[in-house]
Amino acid sequence: MYTQGLDQAGKSDPAGAETKAQLDAFQARVDAEEKIEAKDWMPEAYRRTLIRQISQHAHSEIIGMQPEGNWLTRAPTLKRKAILLAKVQDEAGHGLYLYGAAETLGISRDRMVADLLSGKAKYSSIFNYPTLTWADIGAIGWLVDGAAIMNQIPLCRCSYGPYSRAMVRICKEESFHQRQGYEIMLTLCRGTDEQKAMAQDALNRFWWPSLMMFGPSDAASKHSAQSMAWKIKRFSNDELRQKFIDVTVPQAEYLGLKVPDDKLRFDEETGHYEHSDIDWQEFFDVIAGNGPCNEQRMAKRRKAHDDGAWVREAARAHAAKRAKAAA
Amino acid sequence: MSKDEWPLYEVFIRSKSGLSHRHAGSVHAADDDMALTNARDTYTRRNEGVSIWVVRSDRIVASDPAETAAFFEPAEDKIYRHPTFYEIPDEVDNL
Ligand SMILES: [Fe+2]
Ligand SMILES: [Fe+2]
Repeated sequence: MYTQGLDQAGKSDPAGAETKAQLDAFQARVDAEEKIEAKDWMPEAYRRTLIRQISQHAHSEIIGMQPEGNWLTRAPTLKRKAILLAKVQDEAGHGLYLYGAAETLGISRDRMVADLLSGKAKYSSIFNYPTLTWADIGAIGWLVDGAAIMNQIPLCRCSYGPYSRAMVRICKEESFHQRQGYEIMLTLCRGTDEQKAMAQDALNRFWWPSLMMFGPSDAASKHSAQSMAWKIKRFSNDELRQKFIDVTVPQAEYLGLKVPDDKLRFDEETGHYEHSDIDWQEFFDVIAGNGPCNEQRMAKRRKAHDDGAWVREAARAHAAKRAKAAA
Repeated sequence: MSKDEWPLYEVFIRSKSGLSHRHAGSVHAADDDMALTNARDTYTRRNEGVSIWVVRSDRIVASDPAETAAFFEPAEDKIYRHPTFYEIPDEVDNL
């Protein structure tokens, strides 16, 4: 998903100070569905896995503002512009909730931002695709936020309290994102042939990258089992992807659009859609930095960070001056 | 916290009058005023609150989770603090 299981499990217990009794007691709490809170004892590997996952998630929300931000000044109506602005602002909020949750684990905000800007930290592959037409804004809300919801709902039950609470807050806001996207698609599909073709083109380009959002197949993701045992993760990548396909295909049919997969067919016996294999090479290429927009996204984020430096400094100077005057 | 990082504030929101403030999350801000407006923009975009408290995280004094058992132990054996400790005959009403 926004983290895509790219988070390698943290090195466990570098100092060798964790006893079996501590680890067993921790696992027993997790198994009993107790929430783990910030200051509670936790295995080092659990802490690091969470820091990596939550910060990747936060970075994805922040970088994810760019593809949509691209259309803010070109939205077709004032209403659409106001809606898109609110959505993009929500994504900024999601990033902030998540940075806050990660900070409870003992990493500073500056450290996380520095890791994003240096390219050390990853963000979701999906945001490295361009938004070429207005229909892409519809496709993103419908598919990208739709896939995000599928992934984030189980995260509301994550064993780590601050993360699960941030996810509850986020999930409340996502439904608006998905519905506004679908409504854009619906409007285009009920419009002229040209508009409908634009919607189809957006679906063609965003379908496969959206499926990749769930991360590599379970067979290929090494750290799934540990995350499941720790109840950070509740469903496998493939399970969530299948659920997403099952609910989304009928929505595409309602729009009168064709999902770009010749092998897609409903299996009456299993009750699920069968689909073609995913091109994982494309996924790994994008993650490695070679997607269509990786460079552009990072350059823009770095520039925004640098351009904002004087604001951060000025605010500090102002606060210091006022504190002095009050003293 | 690095030298240049704005301080961290914890945010508490009263969702409507009659209810207590409840922890919502945290924000960074250069000063108290900015912490309030940042908290508003981050946590109440949909009228989730009628009142916000912000307090610098480093000013919060908290009990130690490692000491939870010992810290709360004094209350544990005082079951006579609960009404169900007392046996009252069924015939007696309004008690
Ligand atoms: Fe989001
Ligand atoms: Fe969203």
